[in-house]
Amino acid sequence: MTKPGVVGYLDALYASPGDELVLRVSVLDGGGRYRASLARLICGETGPGGPGLKEEPVPSAIDGEHAGDEQPVPIGSYAIVEDLPPLETVEFSLLVWPTQPRRGQQALMSLGRVRLLMDAGGAAALSIDGETLSTGRPMRGRAWYRVKASYDPATGTARVASTPLPGFHPETAAAAEGRLESGVRATGPLLIAAAPGPNGRVVEHFNGKIEAPALRSRNLAAAWDFSRAIGTARVEDGSAHGLHGRTVNAPKRAVTGARWDGSVHDWRQDPGHYGAIHFHADDLYDARWRESLRLRLPETLKSGYYAVKLQASGGPFYVGFIVSPRRDAPRAKLAVLASTVTYLAYANYRRRMSPGPFELTMGALPTVDMTDVLLAEHPEFGSSTYDVHKDGFGVDHASIRRPLFNMRPTGRFWNFAMDLCLTDWLEAQGIAYDVISEHELQERGAGLLAPYRTVLTPSHPEYFSLEMLQALERYLGGGGRFMYLGGNGFYWRVSFDPAHPGMIELRRAEDGTRAWAEQPGQYYHATGEYGGLWRRIGRAPNALVGIGFIAQGFDASSHYRRTAASRDPRAAFLFAGIEDEIIGDFGAWGDGAAGLEIDCYDASLGSPPHALVVASSENHSNAFLLVNEEMLSNSRGVDGTLNSRIKADMVFFETPAGGAVFSTGSIAFVASLAHDDYRNNVSRLLRNAIDRFLAPEPFTMPAA
Amino acid sequence: MTAIDPRRLDLAAEFRARPFGRHSPELQALLDIMRRTENCQHLILVSIAPGRWVLGERQPEGKPPDLFMDEVFESREAGEWAAFKRRWQTLAGRPLELP
Repeated sequence: MTKPGVVGYLDALYASPGDELVLRVSVLDGGGRYRASLARLICGETGPGGPGLKEEPVPSAIDGEHAGDEQPVPIGSYAIVEDLPPLETVEFSLLVWPTQPRRGQQALMSLGRVRLLMDAGGAAALSIDGETLSTGRPMRGRAWYRVKASYDPATGTARVASTPLPGFHPETAAAAEGRLESGVRATGPLLIAAAPGPNGRVVEHFNGKIEAPALRSRNLAAAWDFSRAIGTARVEDGSAHGLHGRTVNAPKRAVTGARWDGSVHDWRQDPGHYGAIHFHADDLYDARWRESLRLRLPETLKSGYYAVKLQASGGPFYVGFIVSPRRDAPRAKLAVLASTVTYLAYANYRRRMSPGPFELTMGALPTVDMTDVLLAEHPEFGSSTYDVHKDGFGVDHASIRRPLFNMRPTGRFWNFAMDLCLTDWLEAQGIAYDVISEHELQERGAGLLAPYRTVLTPSHPEYFSLEMLQALERYLGGGGRFMYLGGNGFYWRVSFDPAHPGMIELRRAEDGTRAWAEQPGQYYHATGEYGGLWRRIGRAPNALVGIGFIAQGFDASSHYRRTAASRDPRAAFLFAGIEDEIIGDFGAWGDGAAGLEIDCYDASLGSPPHALVVASSENHSNAFLLVNEEMLSNSRGVDGTLNSRIKADMVFFETPAGGAVFSTGSIAFVASLAHDDYRNNVSRLLRNAIDRFLAPEPFTMPAA
Repeated sequence: MTAIDPRRLDLAAEFRARPFGRHSPELQALLDIMRRTENCQHLILVSIAPGRWVLGERQPEGKPPDLFMDEVFESREAGEWAAFKRRWQTLAGRPLELP
């Protein structure tokens, strides 16, 4: 499949019949035309071991060919203060902590053609209409400096200085004074961490932290305090002028500033320690593309996984989304809770295309397809929360307002594409179901789940907010029935930033299987929530679904073996008609139902004492390694051939309000459902479970 | 670069027979050497169409991989074996020739 010649995004990840969605499209191949259509997605690409791609065209008003062009992406964060009065002599002052000195000219504060820079050599410099006065002394990366500059347009007199903050270093202040071109007026808006470019573009983005920027003129004295309004897109001027501004493309707030000394870790306790903003040239919140098409969803549309399918030259580009039932529509008894938050966390995952010892973690070569290669050709589409910025700091935001390269049924057999194995099986079984999304759960809470007798997760609901967890707990507390048909679920905390609709925040704090490590002192989200693993926060998934993450390996899967507990009368319904001891020694991922990322029972982490472990996997490969949150120090004997704890546990337990939970503990589980034309013991087991979970009779807690 | 023992064709045969799944400790040790940063050649497996794969080389900062279009594989296993042979030749100093 050749690279798609067109990409696009929707303004939401879910909608209901009758809703109107805005589609924004960029034609990359220069052809100026593209075709659009709507498709219901039933099964993703599974490889030769599964049923393969299944999609149904759905007639809609967007069908057909359309004109389009390439739309630029204004990537890079900065702050902007508009409505400045006319300025005469200007004095700049700020604290800077560069992370990429000597990596091109970067603007610190700019007022039209009057700009305070870090020049290409890493030195503080003042630029007037392109003529530059530099201290000539490079600033070090990851060190704080006070930078000051002044310019008098009447005389052209210019001064610039950088002074390292005290510490164990031999550096001293550097300064330069001279005459630059006179008569150049400093004009607003003020840009912080960037400069205005041609045609309305913003250029010369700064990488690093900026704190306490101030601007003084004969008629003005403004000082922006970034420790105020953390958790918003505002930057507040502490002066009487009230020259407040805003951030663009969501630079990172709640980061340690020059005053931070390790005595404070929660920014809310003393925001003065958190007076900085970390800007990146590759931050992206909103691509801000022009609207291309409006899609009114047909009123009769069945709930499910869908995509707008875009086609120009090359292969199709799928813009995936969820269609949930209208609020006033009748509901199925069963709902699939699509892992849209996890899809978003993984969106635009680039790192597997960078050099590195990837296979030592995965146990196999990294795999990509030509749509991923297209992503690599376009860094302006932003990165995933598995990536790091150009300066090495983790990407902690993910936004829907840009093309998302993984919301599709093709490519890596993972997340969205993998989860379609579940809808494919439900279709094959003739089981009525709705699909709802985690994003809708975040917005509507437990009320979204209340109409359903049973809610299922697909393969990998890894990223969860507190509100989503609370909604699930309320649902279960009210007698809801829940099936967790995946692995490594409910693992990382994310938060939803009300100032940036469509964006999640993630801080990979303390511990866990991490793509990067959050910086010391920055474990609290800009929302004020303590970030990291739910396990470290005291809400291990074991307490919710009976199991939690124990190991991962990406080479081959294995099978489950029934336990003695599977003969417990409480579990009899699960194994009705199943004589086999071995469950799932087949499947479209790695030839087994237990694989990729797996979870196990652990009473010490809150797995309910009455939970039945009805089957456990075994014989995992060398590639499966115990997760590091299980180890206090490195040790040998932590791979799947040596460590008996490396297993996926399948658990069942009842809840006091008549509900129940069934968890399978393996991402690969759903990829086994279609084996042998859906006639297999994994399929039978899940069918048994769903039939009972959909029956009206309440579950009864066992005697203590 | 860590040299490997070119006489251990048995390990190569073991990998060819089962590139994914449980390996003997000696094969796993060999794979761990091959997959280190300095030895892995930054290979990647790229699907150019369903069921058609080519090897490529990952590029700094996630730039598009260079694709080796001269050889197309019909499975991930075949691609893994080709990567194994490339690394063997580099580390052992001679091509891998198995009966």
